[in-house]
Amino acid sequence: MSSTTRARKREWVDEVIAETPNGHRLRHCIQCGTCGGSCPNGAEMDYTPRAVFNLIVAGQKDKVLSSNTMWQCVSCYFCTARCPHQIPITDIMYTLKRMAIREGYGRTSDAPALAKAFTHYVDKYGRSFEMGLASRYHLLNRPLAAMKMGGMGFNMFKRGRMALTPSRIRQIDQLQAIIRKARQLGGAS
Amino acid sequence: MKYAFYPGCSLEVNAAAYDVSVRAVARVLGVELVELDDWNCCGATEYFSQDELTACAVIARNLALVEPSMNQLTAPCAACFLNLKKVDRLMAEHPDLGGKINEALAAGGLHYDPGRVRVRHLLEVIHTDVGEEAIKAKVVRPLTGLRVAPYYGCQVVRPYKDVDDPEYPVKMDELFRWLGAEVVDYPVKSHCCGGHMTQISEPEAFELIRRLLQSALEYDTDVIACLCPMCQLNMDAYQSRVNGMFNTSFHIPVLYFTQLLGLALGVPEKDLGFGKEIVSAGPVIHAKLAAC
Repeated sequence: MSSTTRARKREWVDEVIAETPNGHRLRHCIQCGTCGGSCPNGAEMDYTPRAVFNLIVAGQKDKVLSSNTMWQCVSCYFCTARCPHQIPITDIMYTLKRMAIREGYGRTSDAPALAKAFTHYVDKYGRSFEMGLASRYHLLNRPLAAMKMGGMGFNMFKRGRMALTPSRIRQIDQLQAIIRKARQLGGAS
Repeated sequence: MKYAFYPGCSLEVNAAAYDVSVRAVARVLGVELVELDDWNCCGATEYFSQDELTACAVIARNLALVEPSMNQLTAPCAACFLNLKKVDRLMAEHPDLGGKINEALAAGGLHYDPGRVRVRHLLEVIHTDVGEEAIKAKVVRPLTGLRVAPYYGCQVVRPYKDVDDPEYPVKMDELFRWLGAEVVDYPVKSHCCGGHMTQISEPEAFELIRRLLQSALEYDTDVIACLCPMCQLNMDAYQSRVNGMFNTSFHIPVLYFTQLLGLALGVPEKDLGFGKEIVSAGPVIHAKLAAC
């Protein structure tokens, strides 16, 4: 072994790539900016996706994960569909959301709390539960907004579009066994 | 024509009008929908934000539940459709991930071979599988004079580009032409309704909804037709609050495309979930279609 050929240190960009299906395309970014220009929320982002990719390659983890960029992503896939280098941009945004939640960032947005409340009901009942979300997420995280939504909720309820009790699947044990195994395989708690 | 049917959580309650109208038009068109027994939530966009492998496994359980005698699964909700399709594709293209998903499924005694089930959005089933000739032959109450803006949103046409054009989809436009409607060439038909953003930050979410309603107004739209419960909810239930935020006076009914299709096929309104929308569609529908 030559002493001059050292294994390259695993950098943050490698972690982002490893966690994203087809994430290696990230290295092909030509900084054209089509992504940010296509994004319905681009103007609200601290950094548009193009800039985020540059920051990722530069190892600026703290800057990226404390930004609002991924929380502004609404998964419309316009950037992904238009990217001339087939970068799975929306999926990279999902990866950044997961990393931010895992590493204690993401307090700048209510999105992590919504995701958590939503998946709580999926894990518990096998179905989503809007009334539960309304109380668990809105009342706990944003009581003022919850009050404003009250009237709308009542209108929905009047028209039979809101249920007070959750729907449940029969084989919840089976689903929960699958979830437990997946968490274990993914190294998540 | 027989399909496994994945209704998704929204259709149980908030999009009940979609549920009843889908089932009603399927009966008239001879499409047999066999509801997937004991299906579970697809996790929407929320599960992927937390844990990718678990998100995939939760979705894959539904693919694994499709009976061996069937090889097509249809979903009316855009988010459910994309999640089911995406996991099938991910498993096929990334055998490592596919292996782990199957390992998780095995904990519940299940297994899924990618590619076994073809995931289709309901619009494809109606537009492409049933097709123009069969649909036109069953129209008994043409939607003549009704100006319909077909709204596709995001997740049926992107990121995968094989359902329709990802920027300028036309399948719903064609369907409404077959039904005799005046189809609005709706410039924002594949723009975003904001998805879950209404739950997170209203200024951003309401601006996206405002753009959709404003464009519909400028094109003299009688009714917006959509194919996703989230899009319908955002444009319909939040419409008065959008008016409050921007000092606008939008009053545009938003229906599921299957409700209008059902009307044209002669299904009684009461069997199509009319009246569940917050911005009532009754007045404009009755005014425009009264002569028919």
